[in-house]
Amino acid sequence: MVTILNEQAEVDVTPLPRGGDGLWLSHADMTRATGFELKSEGLCRGEICVPVPKGRHDFARDDAIDIAGFWRYLGHPVAHDASRSVWALGTGAGTRRQALASLEAPDFTLPDLDGRPHALSDYRGRKVFLVSWASW
Amino acid sequence: MWQKAQEDLAGHGFTVVAVALDTADAARPWIEVAKPSYPTLIDRDHHLAALYGMINVPEAVWIDEGGRIVRPTENAGAFDGFRRRDVVTGLMPPEVVETTARAKRIYMEAVADWGRNGAASRHALEPASVREKLRNSNDEAALAQAHFRLATWFLAKGEQARAAPHVAEARRLHPDSWTIFRQTYGRNDQGFATGDEFRERVAALGERRYYPKVDIEGMP
Repeated sequence: MVTILNEQAEVDVTPLPRGGDGLWLSHADMTRATGFELKSEGLCRGEICVPVPKGRHDFARDDAIDIAGFWRYLGHPVAHDASRSVWALGTGAGTRRQALASLEAPDFTLPDLDGRPHALSDYRGRKVFLVSWASW
Repeated sequence: MWQKAQEDLAGHGFTVVAVALDTADAARPWIEVAKPSYPTLIDRDHHLAALYGMINVPEAVWIDEGGRIVRPTENAGAFDGFRRRDVVTGLMPPEVVETTARAKRIYMEAVADWGRNGAASRHALEPASVREKLRNSNDEAALAQAHFRLATWFLAKGEQARAAPHVAEARRLHPDSWTIFRQTYGRNDQGFATGDEFRERVAALGERRYYPKVDIEGMP
């Protein structure tokens, strides 16, 4: 079993033995781990579709996707521990830049001390002074 | 710390949203003492820092009623006074104490002006000016964040040894990030990550500020 850490979630998946440096998953596990689904247009999430013509990308095979390779192809960082049992799928600098350049404040949801989730967008309609702090 | 702004300005359609780039256990005593009336959120993985390009605390972003950024990530009024502390007495020279207080006062006056006047405040910036001041990520910082995610995940499970290589990698890839460094650095008896390596890093800044000067008129 392998644990995949998204930015704020984690998913356990069963890697497929395909050799190489990648992380090969069934399409079902890929969807659970990344939200991307295999459709006739390609690999899609929301309104984004990445075409994957047969034989064009070495991260895509008929029955499996190397999500590490796919993730890097999307311009996102991938890191894993020494035993290759925990993987972090991050967000690329280009995606961050685009999000900020729109000047729309990137939304997020974080818990308070009681575990109650708060989204930044819950405070839409007010001026928000968003400020970081730490105990350290 | 931001309670007064919250009390003075909540009636003007303003709220503080404070995010602790920290573990819940470490942040809890501070929140329980301060009992703020604004939301205080816990961000163990420093997700906020990744979204907004934050590298230190306190840093703030001003967001208008429509969810648009009107001041991007910047130092929230802190001043480098701590660098002038006497190593023996721990005291700062009086003029440095005064300058530190002035920086905070001028910054909070700007926050209050925006809280009351919104888009009409001279401190709410035009889009072109916001874009110019955006603090953008780069590939190394983005990869550092992925390693930091692994590190905090292992640390939360008490697996220090498995976290260590990812702490090292995150620091190496994103050397400007004080948030990554201090979150993963040992703490002293008072709970502060201000040991020798921290002091050496600060000293290595030389003329550069630990808390960069805020672009607001009159700021020291």
